[in-house]
Amino acid sequence: MSNTQAAIAPVHKTMVVACSPERAFEVFTRELGTWWPLGMYSIGGDRITEVVFEEHVGGRIFERHDDGGEGEWGRVLAWEPPARFVMTWYPGHDSSQATELEVRFAAEDDGTRVDLEHRGWEILAERAQEARSGYDAGWGDVLGHYTRLLTRV
Amino acid sequence: MAYATAMDALGDATRRQIMERLRGGPRPVGELAAELPVSRPAVSQHLRVLKEAGLVTERKDGTRRIYGVEPKAIADLRAYFDSFWEQALAGFRAAAESERRNT
Repeated sequence: MSNTQAAIAPVHKTMVVACSPERAFEVFTRELGTWWPLGMYSIGGDRITEVVFEEHVGGRIFERHDDGGEGEWGRVLAWEPPARFVMTWYPGHDSSQATELEVRFAAEDDGTRVDLEHRGWEILAERAQEARSGYDAGWGDVLGHYTRLLTRV
Repeated sequence: MAYATAMDALGDATRRQIMERLRGGPRPVGELAAELPVSRPAVSQHLRVLKEAGLVTERKDGTRRIYGVEPKAIADLRAYFDSFWEQALAGFRAAAESERRNT
């Protein structure tokens, strides 16, 4: 089997919302926990008390659980309110499993155009075939995690 | 959806261990069985489930069967997120367009 991977296209979503870029940015980041479908996608499910978005480069995005535990989703790579942010994305896993999420906000007519790009899927495939001893968070672990998430739905 | 089948298949700890052992590249079934606390027929059975779920590929090398990770499974994960974001962003829109003041 070849180790070369074809590029896996990023997930793109775009929408226009009826509010200012400032407000849209704030809702997407600081207020993430108010609209995020935690039952559909999270680590702790109904044990979650809040989702924290640390608003600076290097900041963490994580869940707080009712037993005092935490579950990390990723880290801020770029922080440019209200225009865009970029974060790594590895809920429940080692950061070496990270994909990347970029969200851009731009004024359009009376509202804000929101462009979302979730990319970097190749890293999962590369990890899948990489020989590296001592590396515990394997590929099956990634998918196993999603199994747990989905069986909760 | 293909990803759902894949995720069901990975609900088993032994199958996850097999997938982790295939991360280094394709391997024959005997080699996998030697590293796992289950019998070779059991490993073969698990590999069959993983193959039917689209997670591994199988090829013959003489009398041996060699198993490897199927990268398409990654594409299925991507597809899962594609539909996930559709729904999540509907919630985002409702929140962004609500009259609620900043705190």
